[in-house]
Amino acid sequence: MTVVGTRKLRKEDPKLLTGEGKYVDDIHVPGELWMGMVRSTMAHARITGVDTSAAAAMDGVHAVYTGTELSEMGLWAAPLPCAWPVTEDMVNPPHYPAATDEAHHVGEIIAVVLADSRYGAADAAEEVVVDYEPLKAVASVAQARDGADTAHSEHSTNKAYTWALIPDPEALDSAFANAVHTVEADFVQQRLIPTAMEPRGVLAIPSPAGGEITLYSATQVPHILKVMIAATTGLPESKLRIIAPAVGGGFGAKLNVNPDELLAVTLANKLGRAVRWTETRSEAAFSTHQGRGQLQKIELAADSEGKLQGVRVHLDADMGAYMMLITPGVPLLGSFLYTGVYDVPAFGFTCDGYFTNLTPTDAYRGAGRPEASYAIERAMDLLANKIGVAPEEIRRRNYLAGGREFENLETASTLVFDSGNYTPNLDAALEMADMNALRAEQTRRREAGETKHLGIGLCTYVEICGLAPSRALAGLNYGAGGWEHAVVRFLPTGKVEVVSGSTPHGQGHETSWSMIVADKLGIDPDDVTVLHSDTAISPLGLDTYGSRSLSVGGVAIAMACDKVVDKAREIAAHQMEANPDDLDFAAGSFTVKGSPDKTLPIQAVAFGAFTAHNLPDGMEPNLQEQVSFDPPNFAFPFGTHVAVVEVDEDTGGVELIDYIAIDDCGTQVNPLIVEGQVHGGIVQGVAQALWEEASYDSDGNCRNPSLLDYLVPSAMEVPFMKLGSTVTPSTSNPLGVKGVGEAGTIGSAAAVINAVCDALRPYGIDDIEMPATPARVWRMIQAAKAAQNGEG
Amino acid sequence: MSDKIRLEMTVNGQSHSADVEPRTLLVHFLRDDLGLTGTNVGCDTSSCGACTIHIDGESAKSCTMLAAQARGANITTIEGLAVSGELHPMQQAFMECHGLQCGYCTPGMVMAATSLLNENPKPSEHEVREGLEGNLCRCTGYHNIVKAVLSASGQSAQGGGA
Ligand code: FES
Ligand code: FES
Repeated sequence: MTVVGTRKLRKEDPKLLTGEGKYVDDIHVPGELWMGMVRSTMAHARITGVDTSAAAAMDGVHAVYTGTELSEMGLWAAPLPCAWPVTEDMVNPPHYPAATDEAHHVGEIIAVVLADSRYGAADAAEEVVVDYEPLKAVASVAQARDGADTAHSEHSTNKAYTWALIPDPEALDSAFANAVHTVEADFVQQRLIPTAMEPRGVLAIPSPAGGEITLYSATQVPHILKVMIAATTGLPESKLRIIAPAVGGGFGAKLNVNPDELLAVTLANKLGRAVRWTETRSEAAFSTHQGRGQLQKIELAADSEGKLQGVRVHLDADMGAYMMLITPGVPLLGSFLYTGVYDVPAFGFTCDGYFTNLTPTDAYRGAGRPEASYAIERAMDLLANKIGVAPEEIRRRNYLAGGREFENLETASTLVFDSGNYTPNLDAALEMADMNALRAEQTRRREAGETKHLGIGLCTYVEICGLAPSRALAGLNYGAGGWEHAVVRFLPTGKVEVVSGSTPHGQGHETSWSMIVADKLGIDPDDVTVLHSDTAISPLGLDTYGSRSLSVGGVAIAMACDKVVDKAREIAAHQMEANPDDLDFAAGSFTVKGSPDKTLPIQAVAFGAFTAHNLPDGMEPNLQEQVSFDPPNFAFPFGTHVAVVEVDEDTGGVELIDYIAIDDCGTQVNPLIVEGQVHGGIVQGVAQALWEEASYDSDGNCRNPSLLDYLVPSAMEVPFMKLGSTVTPSTSNPLGVKGVGEAGTIGSAAAVINAVCDALRPYGIDDIEMPATPARVWRMIQAAKAAQNGEG
Repeated sequence: MSDKIRLEMTVNGQSHSADVEPRTLLVHFLRDDLGLTGTNVGCDTSSCGACTIHIDGESAKSCTMLAAQARGANITTIEGLAVSGELHPMQQAFMECHGLQCGYCTPGMVMAATSLLNENPKPSEHEVREGLEGNLCRCTGYHNIVKAVLSASGQSAQGGGA
């Protein structure tokens, strides 16, 4: 009986459902101080004075420190880290936890207060008076590119770097010179506020005598954080313990090294008292990085049949005010995917990164890949329109390997796709959507002159996940490896403990890892306990982001199980007086081949390994193995999404009325969890397409930092989704698994905007900027009507 | 700092009295003073519903009112929903339908959903969505949450198969 592949309910749930889950803000220690941040109210200004006297005099206020005082206290050994300097000459202005003389975005920390209560800290922060000398703010990437003003006054340009991937420039030029059809399109990837429902927060607890600091942080990356805190504060890494307790969603927004984390650790260490902080939701627009923020230009060159000959892409990417942990690399994560699932002979990609006076950008669900699939999938629809074929037809004509199943195929963007099988996946989606019926209904409405137009949008995406072969990351100048670590140990009583370097925040790792272990060891998944997210328990790990946990971390666990069975086989053979090769292992027991009555359960072997009374000569006691798995390649999940929208010509309102997704993430461990990931991912992409945008005025003020104005969708805005899957196992790991945490988001924004444009085709509208709000749609319809009337 | 005021209220069947600053929000009183941290805070504009509890049997956002306004009230938080270790049918339905991932919105979502079924025992899909409009979830896309509420009401989720 195998557990992998079943819809097993999650073992995480009872705690979370009863309020027992402990998030950072739920954890308290005696004597803790609450930190309050004094944040810049200007996007770009010289700080000419900070008066902390009124705040310092308040009851319950323990201390107030300005940025200058903090730096004079010698708390910083190095600026906040950027682990991905994408080019040798990338500009990376020093970024410390608090500004000293110049503020570079609204919300940058200028001073901190420490008080004995939540409200007291907020009150005191308000009493700090900051004098500014305003400087011109660079409030958009377009303005940054124009370069009349610079986001950092010591810079002469806003450009941080230019990165290029043009494997064969001559071939690319000739593809465009000889093209029969070309498409050129500009798209805007608006900034998004990630909005994990749990705000970020920290609690740093010192042990003054021992010199140790424990940091609880709402983070996706406790292991990376530990290394980086040591590097930026000079505190010995061996004295740091980082714990990510229950974490309420991440979506990339919790994979950074943040000023608040460094302030809490260093101030707790200095004062010998625990220091805590939790961001308010409206503060999060400034204290947590944002996502996307790119201007895209994509060009396609095709022959007379619409077969792609070349794809050329240029991005202007908004870094925000500073380089955070992987800010500059996010566009590069997408760079390899602008050829999508298509056979493209020639490819070229360039990206200019620019500084602005806005909140820094960094990873947000999909990180670079939703942007890439949006551009190529929108452009493919434009090409289909141009040559007059259906969207699915243009895709079929261009699929890699002719749409047939393939393994280990090199693409024009220099990657080797592990596996794919695109045509059956597309066909499954068209069938589930009942595409012919949808098109018939669309035609009927058009002919009847109805004012609610039906739009059907397709997206056939591929993504790159499972970071990664460490050597490939070295080639990209990424500052870390891509392995993951696992320990699997039998406890004396026959229960199993797994220590994983992956660090979940809603993905259900404890359940999935238990299922993998259960099958490998032939035991009950409920007999497996998974330990994680505490660097004292799990010292080695590279954390959870980029849909890497299963295809790297889960595989490491499976491999450690194999090693456990190998050792157990030696012990069992010794005890059963048989040759190890003559033992079968199945359903948790060793059996001597040909003598089915001679069996030994693995739990008995484990107990024998613990007592060590009768082990083979030279064998170490205990049944525990560890693996650091560094995968030979990335994984490339793919899928077909179909969005069906209704556009009301009278109001401009767009309603998503149906959504079909056939995803292929290779072998599935728990389809229930896979579907949940896809559902959530889809809605996040739909939200980018239709509702969400961090909007800034020309002075660099965010107009909608709160959830009143930033439109995270509710249950009212989305329908039930129809999901299906195909299974094309990965060749990058022995389980054949890929990853699914970001797939939904990578497929959905393009599908939705393709659907909106499909609905609006009678008006001659072939593009609309995201988010396709009612006001925007309505204005475009009015303009199109006016133009049509003018012509008529 | 302003003088403290005395409060009495019943929370999950237990009576409490405490002295609090008059401006203390109910959610902070429950979390910081009573240690009932199951009720979460996801926003500062009464928009997300993570803080939803029952006050005298009706669902309310505990970040939207002062503790003082709940003087004498009978409050149920997520900690009071499961009786002697048995999950409430709504909690059970959320588990069976995979209606939670990170779990942060979940206490508020479950409290809002139980109150919804108290008022409307057999809601349509649309009524469930409308009833949960004030509760945001970033993880699930609401699919399995809506399924869970329909299932807890004894109805199967039409179209919510996958
Ligand atoms: S915390 Fe109460 S509505 Fe968001
Ligand atoms: S389960 Fe994470 S916010 Fe709802």
